[in-house]
Amino acid sequence: MKQVEILDTETKEQLCFLDKVEPHSTISDIKGLFHKSYPRRYPARQALTLHPQGNLLKDDEVLQNLPGGTTAKLYFRDLGPQLGWTMVFLSEYVGPLLIYLLFYFRVPYIYTPKYTFTSSPHPVVSLACACHSFHYIKRLVETIFVHRFSHGTLPLRTMLRNCVYYWGFSAWLAYYINHPLYTPPSYGERQIKYALFIFMLCEAGNFSIHYSLNSLLGEGPKCRRFPHPSKNPFTWLFFFVSCPNYTYEVGVWVSFSIMTQCVPVALFTLLGFVQMTIWAKGKHKAYTREFKDYPALRMPILPFIP
Amino acid sequence: MSAPAMGTSKTAPNDGSHKKKKGPGTLATAYLVIYNVVMTAGWLVIAVGLVRAYLTRGSYHGLYYSIEKPLKFFQTGALLEILHCAVGIVPSSVVLTGFQVLSRVFLTWAVTHSVREVQSEDSVLLFVVAWTITEIIRYSFYTFSLLNHLPYLIKWARYTFFIVLYPMGVTGELLTIYAALPYVQKTGLYSVTLPNKYNFSFDYYTFLILTMVSYIPLFPQLYFHMLRQRKKVLGHMEEYTKVE
Repeated sequence: MKQVEILDTETKEQLCFLDKVEPHSTISDIKGLFHKSYPRRYPARQALTLHPQGNLLKDDEVLQNLPGGTTAKLYFRDLGPQLGWTMVFLSEYVGPLLIYLLFYFRVPYIYTPKYTFTSSPHPVVSLACACHSFHYIKRLVETIFVHRFSHGTLPLRTMLRNCVYYWGFSAWLAYYINHPLYTPPSYGERQIKYALFIFMLCEAGNFSIHYSLNSLLGEGPKCRRFPHPSKNPFTWLFFFVSCPNYTYEVGVWVSFSIMTQCVPVALFTLLGFVQMTIWAKGKHKAYTREFKDYPALRMPILPFIP
Repeated sequence: MSAPAMGTSKTAPNDGSHKKKKGPGTLATAYLVIYNVVMTAGWLVIAVGLVRAYLTRGSYHGLYYSIEKPLKFFQTGALLEILHCAVGIVPSSVVLTGFQVLSRVFLTWAVTHSVREVQSEDSVLLFVVAWTITEIIRYSFYTFSLLNHLPYLIKWARYTFFIVLYPMGVTGELLTIYAALPYVQKTGLYSVTLPNKYNFSFDYYTFLILTMVSYIPLFPQLYFHMLRQRKKVLGHMEEYTKVE
């Protein structure tokens, strides 16, 4: 039987002393015990370390493997309110979906009163609304049924920042697309049709990748494999990139920009591309570091571009 | 939000403590010394120009015109400082430096240069004087720091003058932007309206108002940061002698 002493990282005062802890308990168990003494500090917001400046101890670390004698000394830091990933994604996606619709239906106080609840004479405006809504509904469905998240939670502050970004941008681009003075694309029907075709292809591609990533993690965390192309042609992008889901996502937004011929949409696409490239590069680096047999042809997000 | 530029680099007391700071290489240091000397000289030219023009004319009005060109040249030249951070020869945040320099450049070109009618305003003189004194002190501070011979006087000046210069500069900037508003609205300067084939609009007038509003949260934060830095850097006065 071991004992665990938990101290505050900043003040170094003892917050909690756990008696009679099983040596094969995990950090997760200890967090649970700490939670009993501090009901407000649920496990997800606890950061436990061996030293005040040390690395976060993982939840599956076993107590007896940690250094220290009969009494283990751990340092606690509060990570702040945390939200489950599902909750985060739902709020990030429901916002843009609904906000866009407010603009599409020209709810009062957005445009001049004579346009309230009117509809645009341009078919592309309705098509754009359908595409935008489809995109976020698909994401919501994926969040609920498909996506398997690796980390547990996200800090509240980050989620608020993300929401401001997604909601704000969708309001901004919806404002222009549904504006009474909206100008349809310069090359007319042809431009819209081609853009729509690419849009649908990329959405199908993006979904295929999410589905295949999901079946990859389905075998449990112990089995570490990297994704491979399958019989589905959309997954053949895996021959060329590590994160084809991001590639397809960029494709979706590029085609939407062309379909609507709207600068704010193009700006959103650009920012999204920059952010996803950063994520893709990180993932790519992690893959190449972990797997010695990782295909050399694969690039992070764009084929042949390192 | 730019009056006396903030101390983002070299704020830790370089008082001969045991930590050996890993600075830029010799070539980079030489370049930076030259850069900072040139900038100090440039802003001195502006200072001298202002004084001479005042003595010649006998009034404060319209002094902007006498130093317009060197002001534009040297303030725009400060864009290089973003590059210095990006390349790594200066240990500051690219974002913070970028923000500071760009806001100065914005005021110089997008407000004062672009709206001729504000150039004769006294508010312009207010921020130009604030910037001039600040920059002379700041660039000499960097020069001496790089050469490891920082006189206490310069360090003291850098961390003390801002107390007056910062609010003075901010006041000048805000009044200038405010003065520009009616002309921007009348001429539709830098603005794009609907309909257009890219489905985009931009109202410079509203943008300027939002810029002014942004001073409200930003200025106190930057000011109090400088006050805290002052306490940290100068607070050791009782412990050390004035020898660096």
